[in-house]
Amino acid sequence: MNALEVVRFAVRGLAANKMRSALTTLGILIGVAAVILLVAVGEGTSQSIQQNIQRLGSNTLTVSQSFAGGGRGGGMGGQAVPAGGGGGAVARAPQAATGPRTQARELTLDDARALADAAAAPSVKSVSPVVTAASQAATYEGTSHTISQLVGTYPSYFEASNKPVAEGSYFFNDDVLAARKIIVIGRTVAENLFGSVDPLGKRITVAGVPFTVVGVLKESGSSGFQDADDIAVAPLPAVQQSLTGFGSLGQIVVQARSAASVDAAQTEISQILDQRHGITGTATADYRILNQAALQETVSAATATFTVLLGAVAAISLLVGGIGITNIMLVTVTERTREIGIRKAIGAPRGAILGQFLAEATMLSLVGGLLGAAVGVLGAQFTIAGVRPVVVPASIALALGVSVAIGLFFGSYPANRAAKLRPIEALRHE
Amino acid sequence: MTAAPVLDVRAVGKVYGAGDAQVRALREVSLSVEHGDFVAIMGASGSGKSTLMNILGCLDVPTSGRYLVDGTDVGRLDERRLAVLRNRKIGFVFQSFNLVPRMSALANVELPLAYGGVAAGVRRARALAALERVGLADRVRHDPNELSGGQQQRVAVARALVTAPSLLLADEPTGNLDTASTADVLSILDGLNDAGRTIVMITHEDDVATHAKRIVRLVDGRIVEDRRQAALDGPPPRLAPAVPR
Ligand SMILES: Nc1ncnc2c1ncn2[C@@H]1O[C@H](COP(=O)(O)OP(=O)(O)O)[C@@H](O)[C@H]1O
Ligand SMILES: [Mg+2]
Repeated sequence: MNALEVVRFAVRGLAANKMRSALTTLGILIGVAAVILLVAVGEGTSQSIQQNIQRLGSNTLTVSQSFAGGGRGGGMGGQAVPAGGGGGAVARAPQAATGPRTQARELTLDDARALADAAAAPSVKSVSPVVTAASQAATYEGTSHTISQLVGTYPSYFEASNKPVAEGSYFFNDDVLAARKIIVIGRTVAENLFGSVDPLGKRITVAGVPFTVVGVLKESGSSGFQDADDIAVAPLPAVQQSLTGFGSLGQIVVQARSAASVDAAQTEISQILDQRHGITGTATADYRILNQAALQETVSAATATFTVLLGAVAAISLLVGGIGITNIMLVTVTERTREIGIRKAIGAPRGAILGQFLAEATMLSLVGGLLGAAVGVLGAQFTIAGVRPVVVPASIALALGVSVAIGLFFGSYPANRAAKLRPIEALRHE
Repeated sequence: MTAAPVLDVRAVGKVYGAGDAQVRALREVSLSVEHGDFVAIMGASGSGKSTLMNILGCLDVPTSGRYLVDGTDVGRLDERRLAVLRNRKIGFVFQSFNLVPRMSALANVELPLAYGGVAAGVRRARALAALERVGLADRVRHDPNELSGGQQQRVAVARALVTAPSLLLADEPTGNLDTASTADVLSILDGLNDAGRTIVMITHEDDVATHAKRIVRLVDGRIVEDRRQAALDGPPPRLAPAVPR
């Protein structure tokens, strides 16, 4: 009785009940495919979020106005990074909680200038004041396109926010000082307005104001819900003059000198702004600082939890598939009790019977596991709910290993029962 | 042939159930069968024939007494050695054939050899020879459900003798067969006994019992008659006139 023969017996046993075997296999198949696919979706989500965060720029701190004081609602100043929603990270002063905080100050160009002071903020490499105008209609020779985000800023913004120029050039400090109407457009804007025409040097009209295109940004790739390439960047005063007015800034993007100095930069910014905005003691700050690195860490942890959760849900279906195997093997053993008796009567050792039924159970789960892995990997090639899944090789190995283990584990009880049968009892079974 | 008897049953008893439902199927049965004998065990239904046969075939264990096969005390053997004993020394033929379903005649006959660890090539050759011996060389690829009762029983006989066991046990082998198939199977048994194989067969038909050299009669779990009707070292009685020696 060698291993090959045990396997042959098992195959024959399974083939005798094709439908039943197929359905049991399906249970494992779904479990394994679900584990691989859901973990892939989790991983895909995690990677896409990480990319989006990285796309915002490295070593970057984004300062925006905070409405955490309440009373003004969360919808105001929609361009600002996560505003609104009462629960700020900073503890509220008791008096601030009782009503709107009228003395909250907006971010100004002077704030930005103060942050650029090398003496007060040695960890800061560059400071880019930003104003944003959403959904601006742009036209070029009869073609029109609504730019989802028009940014007015300083040249340092390109580096700080990780937006390199692919064609043409940036604008420079001169252009900012002179408030020149020049513009750098994103890939989506370029394609929609110009098609195959070279956009460099062409004049487009944005909200009725003519701008000359000097550069096209490098494509950053689609990032889920928002198209990061549907953007245009122009000198700060040019945008303020024609679109947003010279009021407050939407954000101040600050780049730290290095990854190690991001936290130091954040402290320096807080000190400077607290002083300028007159925030003392326990008072709630009227601005918030978004730290990319900290955000990335938080999000990593969150997505890891998310992935584990998805995997756990899938693992339950794998377990259910395993119980299916026990169930079907118990039925098989009961049904074939007489056959087991015959085999024992002609001298089958216990090991041979045990091996046969274990092999059947393991084969069910292994075939299910292999097919499930194939289905899982295949399914991961498609975009699911806006996420491109990323197959984690370890999840395939794990799912396959677990499915074989399930076959052995869930098959061993029925197989043992079969092997332990006394020949005469088994033969008397009808 | 003065070695230990093939079968040596010593004061074996078998009790089924407990309390009120207790049935004493065998009471102090002692029986010894020598090499080359052909024994017919007879008795009314419920007299304990099958119970005795299952103990002889090591399929069941007696409640009391000892049982030796070729001088080995079966009661002392562990599960693994018992399997080997059933495989090598005993061939069992059932009244209801008991072939493994969905397996060809050849595969059924090969099965005991497979469990005995015989190499695949040798196994096939021996299985084919056994099937030829029972006259089924042209039916080796058929599944049990494609064979008649007589053919199935002949496959079962081939399966029982393929390991060349010292003992062939048959529990009413012709009980489910018509007269023609009964004659086929009995002539095979005659031939096997003539070739030196020890056979113990259960039957309740007098006609079938005439094939045996010795008749043991059971009543209520006791041996009431043990009669020899042909010499131990001669041919089986029904074969004698046909094959002059
Ligand atoms: N598994 C069993 N459980 C309880 N009683 C049994 C069992 N097998 C047989 N018997 C009883 O033992 C007695 C002998 O049965 P058995 O050996 O089958 O007789 P036979 O084969 O001569 O017809 C009968 O009374 C029968 O009812
Ligand atoms: Mg009987």
